Amino acid sequence: MNSETSSLEALHDIKKMMERSSRFISLSGWSGIAAGICALVGAGYAHHILAKYANETISTNPGLKEDFKNPATRGEYFFKYGDNVLFHQLLQIAIFTFAAALILAFIFTYIRSTRKGVPMWGFVAKRLMWNTMLPLIAGGLVLLRMMQMGYFELVAPCSLVFYGLALIHASKYTLGEVRYLGYGELLLGLVSLWVKGYSIYFWAFGFGILHIIYGIIMWWKYERTSN
Amino acid sequence: MKNPIGNLNKIFDSRIRMGVMSVLLVNDEVNFNDLKQLLELTDGNLASHLTNLEENGYIKIHKGFIGRKTNTTYSITKAGQKAFTEHLEALENMIKNVK
Repeated sequence: MNSETSSLEALHDIKKMMERSSRFISLSGWSGIAAGICALVGAGYAHHILAKYANETISTNPGLKEDFKNPATRGEYFFKYGDNVLFHQLLQIAIFTFAAALILAFIFTYIRSTRKGVPMWGFVAKRLMWNTMLPLIAGGLVLLRMMQMGYFELVAPCSLVFYGLALIHASKYTLGEVRYLGYGELLLGLVSLWVKGYSIYFWAFGFGILHIIYGIIMWWKYERTSN
Repeated sequence: MKNPIGNLNKIFDSRIRMGVMSVLLVNDEVNFNDLKQLLELTDGNLASHLTNLEENGYIKIHKGFIGRKTNTTYSITKAGQKAFTEHLEALENMIKNVK
């Protein structure tokens, strides 16, 4: 028997078992791409509603035109003159976008994990879920309270910040590359805190474009050859 | 020169026992069903290997309950950690010696 090749095989198996039991590696690149597209559609729709609302307000009150045109004051004026109908519409878009992104991301990862024969609900996946959801739920509650207290302008930047931190935390339990996506989201969120009036663009870039870029890279790196 | 094969641990020759040790080295505590799923094994097959590892003092068995159902979890012992790390080093040395 060739003992060198068998010890190489043994080491290979050991490495595989360690990886399989410590990280959930079936996360599909398609999940990222799908979530990113959902975010872009959601942000686009929200942008459309805000633009429509601005035009309506300006047409009844032409004196506000400059304030709505100026990015530094635009946000404030939306929240100053915006009514409950507008906020409910925006909240509905947010919830619908989040749900659609989550469901699609789940479906693509489910397909990949069944293909690889890795159980979707093994303890590795559960651990990843717990460690991702915990910071997200805590962050979600903070955002909810911010909205109640009227700090609407902080919602989009802070959702990027919390999401980034959640990803950085989760990266220990899944593909390590998730960490870099987390850094990207966190950085965008922090910068966006200081750039008034553009938070919807930062949000769309973070949740849309970054997800799509990440998804394509992951697909290229891990899934392209296995099909 | 020292014979590298001498450091290889016979107990870890079995792929199943090697798999169990790999999983337990990177996880604090894993229960029976999760181990079974990870290693793609049947009940009886896994149980005998776990008993063997426990008799050698490499793993600890903890019997607990989730509600009324028994939940047996396994973790690696200090001796198990040492023995398995040495086994890994021996494997690595064998490959290095070929190069």
